[in-house]
Amino acid sequence: MKSTLLALKNIDVFYGHIHAVRRVTLHVRQGEIVALIGGNGAGKTTMLCTISGLIRPSQGSILYQDVEITRQSPEAIVRAGLSHVPEGRLVFSPLSVEDNLHLGAYTRPYFRKRSDMLQDVETMYTMFPVLRERRHQYAGTLSGGEQQMLAIARALMARPKLLLLDEPGMGLAPLVVKDIFRHILNLRDELGLTVLLVEQNARSALKVADRGYVLENGRILIQGTAGELLANHDVQRAYLGRELDEN
Amino acid sequence: MYWQAEFECMDRGELELLQLERLQATLNRVTRNVPLYRTRFSDLGLDPYDFQSLEDVRKIPFTTKDDLREHYPYGLFAVPLRDVVRMQGSTSTPGKPGVVGYTVGDIHRWSHLAARILVAGGVTKDDAVQIAFNYGLYTSAFGIHSGAELLGASVIPSSSSDAQRQILIMQDYRSTALTCSPSYALHLADTLDELGINKTALSLRFGLFGSEPWTEEMRQEIEARLGILATDNYGLSEITSVAGECLQRDGLHINEDHFLAEIIDPLTGQVLPVGHKGELVLTTLTKEAFPLIRFRTGDLTTLMDSECACGRTLRRMSRIPGRSDDMLIIRGVNVFPSQINEVIISTGLMDPHYQIVLDRVGQMDRATLCLEAPESFCTDSIKESQRILENVRLRLQTALGVTFEVRLVEPRSIDQQYGGRVLDKRTLI
Repeated sequence: MKSTLLALKNIDVFYGHIHAVRRVTLHVRQGEIVALIGGNGAGKTTMLCTISGLIRPSQGSILYQDVEITRQSPEAIVRAGLSHVPEGRLVFSPLSVEDNLHLGAYTRPYFRKRSDMLQDVETMYTMFPVLRERRHQYAGTLSGGEQQMLAIARALMARPKLLLLDEPGMGLAPLVVKDIFRHILNLRDELGLTVLLVEQNARSALKVADRGYVLENGRILIQGTAGELLANHDVQRAYLGRELDEN
Repeated sequence: MYWQAEFECMDRGELELLQLERLQATLNRVTRNVPLYRTRFSDLGLDPYDFQSLEDVRKIPFTTKDDLREHYPYGLFAVPLRDVVRMQGSTSTPGKPGVVGYTVGDIHRWSHLAARILVAGGVTKDDAVQIAFNYGLYTSAFGIHSGAELLGASVIPSSSSDAQRQILIMQDYRSTALTCSPSYALHLADTLDELGINKTALSLRFGLFGSEPWTEEMRQEIEARLGILATDNYGLSEITSVAGECLQRDGLHINEDHFLAEIIDPLTGQVLPVGHKGELVLTTLTKEAFPLIRFRTGDLTTLMDSECACGRTLRRMSRIPGRSDDMLIIRGVNVFPSQINEVIISTGLMDPHYQIVLDRVGQMDRATLCLEAPESFCTDSIKESQRILENVRLRLQTALGVTFEVRLVEPRSIDQQYGGRVLDKRTLI
């Protein structure tokens, strides 16, 4: 029973002389939601960018469905089924919501088949009704939560098997964050999507995740099921803001 | 039947990747939190960064029982004491026993590992599991106990009460599974005979035995006399539940997703290939409070990587035939001859000449200490010598938790050459 979708082995990433990620080994199984948590500058975003081919690791290998994708171009990686939702959403502000979605299908080999793509856009509107309401609005005029949904929907237009989500809750109100995480759960439960999630808001991330890795100074310090991490005092102190000496 | 099929039957490649990521995280944690490992690594110029494969672990020196003793009590803990929810004694250290701590997460994982062993040994949630291990500081009773509860079985913590009482409980509560040491199981069988109770009057179906070496012949005898299927399991308080037999009964499946097992030559420390007999060395991959890197267990075994018909992909180790050091296991309690020496000296006897004789009465171990009467002894005062013997006996009992028979023998009657200070007449029949 082999179900590992993504496996990283001994990944090292440098920014000039700065060793941002040190010898990271991790795996994501089919249908899992895995959270990568850690403080500022722990190397979380670097990890995601390395997986999606935006940054080259200096060492190590990345296997996606048992195929090495370490040295492939970002487009090839998207075509292989990995979509990256970047930190800060990065929607195309001067374009309409609908055009943003169309661009998400850019790498699809059959993107000339317009009817297919339009059908997918329709699916996105069903999943995120608020985007249908705003379909002709410039993306830049959407609220933060709506932009996040647009960014996720745009990534889904590439029909990924694995979604890389960078800080989906950043800068959003708690209720909106909750809504976004509810959508993430739906993506897994309804579309069978596998999700690798980076989040500073460790508690909300671990609530939806199956497993998690705690990154500190570019190293993985703790790994385990989400329940184990939530119960781990080290994690509680450092990332869940729980004051243990209370009462 | 499996408890955690996704791990017990994992693809070997995936398992090795999981082991590697857990090993790297463990090394990152111990270098940050445990001074012993931090200084040891920096002395050798090692960094957790240097570990790219499971074989790289061989660069690290062994953790020995001496390390546990030197850093007594809390020196090897990797979490602050407030994160520790339970502590138990580490039996296999001579002298002062070591302390092992567990976090909530450690206990949780330990329970799952014990549940795996129970399920592999045939136990289901419908069983009533009688746990006749001693509930105390040095014991595996707690591991099996929480594992059985997690599994949903009915737990009967009968502890190590007297044999007649065990049998009464076994009959009245209708226990279907028994866990204890194999010699105690045979002692229970003897008691059954004495009481004239037929084994068919019991509801027992399965027995899971551990905590001391035993043989196939003992297994057959236990199975025949108690009418059960008997399986072997292996654990250490320092590590938790390491391995257990499945119903194929051809070696114990090691919980490799939580422990990295190596076999070394006990003399040279060289890692031996699969199939060679040597000392078992374990590295914990998921323990939080008390991680151990390359811990020398002192137990001799062989790794087997042939496929098992039960479907588990976890490699097996052969049943433990013995130990690589001079530790004695007397009625399931680990005793080092050096401890006995310390006790005798502490009673004020100078340069004592003695011999420890181990044999069996029925299936129970009997330990006798033959003490040469010192020249200074006023041997005609029976009362005085009785007092000294009683003192030695009590001190041994307090220090080691084992009852010895203590006898005075003629001066210079013990030949130190013959069998050394320990004469082990117990044969594993």
